[in-house]
Amino acid sequence: MNPIKNISRRSFVRSIGLASGGLILACNTSIFSDKEKVPENLIDFNPNLFVQLNSDGSLILIASRSEMGNGVRTSLTSVIADEMEADWDMVTVKQGTGDKKYGDQNTDGSRSIRYLYETMRQMGAIAKVMLISAAAQTWQVSEEECMAENHFVIHSSGKKLGYGDLVEKAKTLEPPTDFKLKNPKDFKYIGKHLKGVDVKEYANGSAVFGLDKRLPNMKYAAIERCPVTFGTVKSFDKIEALKIPGVENVIEIPRIAKPFGALGGVVVIASNTWAAFKGKEALKVEWDFGENKVYDSEKYMNMITKNVHKQGKVSKDTGNVNRAFKNASKIVESTFQLPHLSHAPMETPNAVAWVQGDTCEVWAPTQDPQSARKEVSNYLETDRENVTINVTFLGGGFGRKSKPDYVFEAVMVSKAITASKT
Amino acid sequence: MITLRINGEKHSIDVAPDMPLLWAIRDIIGFTGTKYGCGKGLCGSCKVMLDGSPVQSCMIPVSAAKNKSIITIEGESKNLQLLQESWVELNVPQCGFCQPGQLIAATALLDKNDNPTDEDINEAMIGNICRCGTYQRIKKAIHRTVELKNQS
Repeated sequence: MNPIKNISRRSFVRSIGLASGGLILACNTSIFSDKEKVPENLIDFNPNLFVQLNSDGSLILIASRSEMGNGVRTSLTSVIADEMEADWDMVTVKQGTGDKKYGDQNTDGSRSIRYLYETMRQMGAIAKVMLISAAAQTWQVSEEECMAENHFVIHSSGKKLGYGDLVEKAKTLEPPTDFKLKNPKDFKYIGKHLKGVDVKEYANGSAVFGLDKRLPNMKYAAIERCPVTFGTVKSFDKIEALKIPGVENVIEIPRIAKPFGALGGVVVIASNTWAAFKGKEALKVEWDFGENKVYDSEKYMNMITKNVHKQGKVSKDTGNVNRAFKNASKIVESTFQLPHLSHAPMETPNAVAWVQGDTCEVWAPTQDPQSARKEVSNYLETDRENVTINVTFLGGGFGRKSKPDYVFEAVMVSKAITASKT
Repeated sequence: MITLRINGEKHSIDVAPDMPLLWAIRDIIGFTGTKYGCGKGLCGSCKVMLDGSPVQSCMIPVSAAKNKSIITIEGESKNLQLLQESWVELNVPQCGFCQPGQLIAATALLDKNDNPTDEDINEAMIGNICRCGTYQRIKKAIHRTVELKNQS
């Protein structure tokens, strides 16, 4: 198979649609929100949603997936940089907020590269082609006489222009309809050893995980949970909890009875985490244990073990197990059982939420900022555009943090605090 | 008021004397590099140096830390910066959350032992859990730090 592909505009758009669930390309749309524009003395070139090249040569690439030790902020962006012939030292990675425009962002199932590899290559290739065109037009030569290498466009005569110097011209161009991807043998970053873009911040303690986000006057809350899953609060006594210095309020948040809905419980709101923890210990809560009161892990294990031997729904059928057993010279049989397990990320699920009127901003270690955005906007009965989900570093995710429940709970608490003030 | 000396600077804070040092550092003073993992002295993410010894800051009340020298991951000590450089060079962190604690534990080790063996490292680092499993790279980076120190 020829690794170099010509991609027509139509098939290109279609392939992106398949790869990422409806990614929309925009030309010269800033990848920043208005409040965080590029510095005034710089001009920016945004050939697509993932690339911003500034006139000083600095290159900002969007990571649309969550970083939790998967290295995705390095891997996805290095694919763009490779196709773009960019200098890796000029790259800064910006984390995409939860937004459908990036396609599917659910960083779950070990498939970020598998799903986004081609798309990221295309993002880089588009930028490169436009920069080559900009240089060719500047020199009034044919594009075929130009090539891109390490943040420069070079003409066959030897003259060259840096990427930053091409920004102004490139801004005026349309994205290409036909372009080629690199031959994999020419990859500089893909498949090579690269230093993780965040390693330094991890090592000096400056990387901001969800638990590290701080806002002026923010409150810290801890939730006392029912010891039985999906149980609910019957009544609670907050008198002793309120006596603890730093504890400011105690409220109840309900269980939202849907898959991965809020578990609910009694929330101690305080001026620091320790006070909130102590407040929790001082609570007296009466619980309605609900239907899981009679749940028996051992019985459940026995039931599912028996179920293994029942006829199930066939979803894939290859070979013939019964025949293989019948004809085998030796049969080894064993039963493997695993109990209920906690995902146990080192950073416990947490979120910072700030509800202000119809709008809400969240900072959370989430694997799936779009589902969090959807749940939060539904709960607040506000447009999705009014909800911003900032993705922090995740101290491990393991699938637990692809669920929005804990983000949603922080929003419930923030809303309750806001309501109590008005 | 309790006065804490963190990374060479004094901070006077008004907190309950039984507040664990961890929360004073993170929520009151605002150094968030020291991590909360378990709050029960099991994982090592919250390690800081207290008068030269590595301690789990979630288990030490602030009252026991007053007038002592506290070094966090944001601080400086003769081995911490060298270890951080090796950590970056060898791409040690994966999700990164436990690494501040790992680095403090490694600093304490090198402060006492100029040339630790694999066994010394295992023993010194046993109280620090990494859920991603970067143990092999941590070990390499400690050896690499010793190597760089011997070269200079």
